[in-house]
Amino acid sequence: MKKNIKAVKPATKTSLITYAIVAVLFLIVIIMDATGAMSSLFRGLLVPICTYAILAVSLNLVVGILGELSLGHAGFMCVGAYASAFFSVLTEDTITNAWIRFPLALIIGGISAAIFGIIIGIPVLRLKGDYLAIVTLAFGEIIKNIVTVLYVGIDSKGLHFSAESSMALGLEPDGKNIIKGALGITGMPKDSNFYIAFAILLVTLIVAYNLVNSRSGRAIMSIRDNRIAAESIGINVTKYKLIVFALSAFFAGLAGVLYSHNLSSLTANTNNFGYNMSILILVIVVLGGIGSIRGSVISAIILTALPELLRSVKEYRMLVYAIVLIAMMIFNNSEKTKNLRSSISLKKFAEAKLKTRKGGTK
Amino acid sequence: MSLLEIKNLGVMFGGLRAVDNFSLTLEKGDLYGLIGPNGAGKTTVFNLITGVYKPTSGTFFLDGKELKGKTPEQISKAGIARTFQNIRLFNNLSVLDNVKLGLHNRMKYSTLEGVLRLPKFFKKEKEMDEEAMKLLKVFSLEEEADVQAGSLPYGKQRKLEIARALATDPKLLLLDEPAAGMNPSETQELMDTIRFVRSEFSMTILLIEHDMKLVSGICEKVTVLNFGTELTKGETSKVLNDPEVIKAYLGD
Ligand SMILES: Nc1ncnc2c1ncn2[C@@H]1O[C@H](COP(=O)(O)OP(=O)(O)OP(=O)(O)O)[C@@H](O)[C@H]1O
Ligand SMILES: [Mg+2]
Repeated sequence: MKKNIKAVKPATKTSLITYAIVAVLFLIVIIMDATGAMSSLFRGLLVPICTYAILAVSLNLVVGILGELSLGHAGFMCVGAYASAFFSVLTEDTITNAWIRFPLALIIGGISAAIFGIIIGIPVLRLKGDYLAIVTLAFGEIIKNIVTVLYVGIDSKGLHFSAESSMALGLEPDGKNIIKGALGITGMPKDSNFYIAFAILLVTLIVAYNLVNSRSGRAIMSIRDNRIAAESIGINVTKYKLIVFALSAFFAGLAGVLYSHNLSSLTANTNNFGYNMSILILVIVVLGGIGSIRGSVISAIILTALPELLRSVKEYRMLVYAIVLIAMMIFNNSEKTKNLRSSISLKKFAEAKLKTRKGGTK
Repeated sequence: MSLLEIKNLGVMFGGLRAVDNFSLTLEKGDLYGLIGPNGAGKTTVFNLITGVYKPTSGTFFLDGKELKGKTPEQISKAGIARTFQNIRLFNNLSVLDNVKLGLHNRMKYSTLEGVLRLPKFFKKEKEMDEEAMKLLKVFSLEEEADVQAGSLPYGKQRKLEIARALATDPKLLLLDEPAAGMNPSETQELMDTIRFVRSEFSMTILLIEHDMKLVSGICEKVTVLNFGTELTKGETSKVLNDPEVIKAYLGD
């Protein structure tokens, strides 16, 4: 049995290349903006692109780094979107400075989602594979369905909740009905913008890379590669699984905040917070390469921008879209192209060095 | 006080008594063999004393501390490390990272310190790198530090597994068929390494092995298991010449 000796990519190089790619893209956007070369269509895509990239990277922590299949990622996004939109509508009149209000909204959205990440994480710790996928799928659907029947208002007596109607809240005359069931939340301040979205994407990337290349990240990947061996060397499987679930949900929550504050009214449906969205995020992760953080970002950019940019070719749109999906799948997952890519990458140098040191691999 | 004391350990799988009334005492520094025909229950003994399976009867102590009912994680922290009959490495991680994972509970910094790249991260990572490289040198794996563990040749994977187990700084090392799949020269080298590990780390080792040359070469004493129970135990050369043992291996 002969195996190809494979070198593991140097971790810091991988992350630096990604930061460089993202920085170049950022500069291109800035230059296009300054020179007036940006169409309004493209401008409208900037925040969604960052949002999808954050969602994909955060899901990749669960799917690629921890090695568990989650189909409810949009649920965490939903929690973040609603919690933060609620906060922003509530405080719009009191905290008038968006530079204070929006960071607070981000923190609230992220932490609410992280709490849900832990709540869902605890019961599913014992579940694996298909079972985990089904439970997370159900979680996402439940969250989406709950917020569509949820009424929340506030008055001098405090918060009021109802699952029936605005009337059932029994608000005082001075009260304010913020979450209105199927009508969702209206009148959010449009606090999201590309710069903040980009900054959060950058933070997500840094946290993801730093986590992966640390003691905890190694422990998480050891659980993925071989749980029994991980336990045998004293890795606390429960703790690390919960850390991943919480962190992944936190960033999905941030993406939800960016999403909701890019709209003026927020409602929940299958396409934004339901399984369609969860599956779309998973597709982005899979196409970018499971476990590849950089791949998630690139794939998010392409898959978000493509349908919009293809609007001009109307009837061929779905065809081109499908072809690109297939092409990306092949490019990312076939052995041949993997080798092709590695032959033009830094990895080759590592391997070559290894071979000369060993005087030819046996 | 003995280092390891196993008392009347037993486990049932459905109706099968995989291990029954098994007792064994190891003193510090022992290099002890556990042998027996296929399916005798040797690996099951390892799984019992590492917490993978919970015993249905009996108990065991390490350094006087009862470990029955503890989880594998707790038992690792108490000081038992092992290798697996079917190699279980972290295949997608580098050789170096595999050993650094063995150091997980010895050189610590928090998740937050890691994510924020605080000074402790750099300090501890450096310590881990140095310690892991030291261990890799013992097994002549230092050249392959950056190689993906799963792409190592078989013999080296076995050695890496021992290095990872040793990285946890155990009091007791369990080796499940360390020479399986090795050629005679690799086996010879492995014997030297095991002897070295024993003297260098003053390690107590319990090993399962089918290669009788290895067993008689390095183990002073052995226990023979057959159908889940102890057939005999004693000095290796005597036991291996016992007609009962030969009969058990050849089958009736
Ligand atoms: N988890 C399990 N569930 C059911 N039966 C099991 C389990 N683990 C082991 N057994 C059974 O227990 C018996 C002992 O198995 P064990 O793996 O301990 O044998 P062994 O002595 O290590 O054999 P070998 O030399 O082939 O490795 C076998 O009959 C096996 O099928
Ligand atoms: Mg066995």
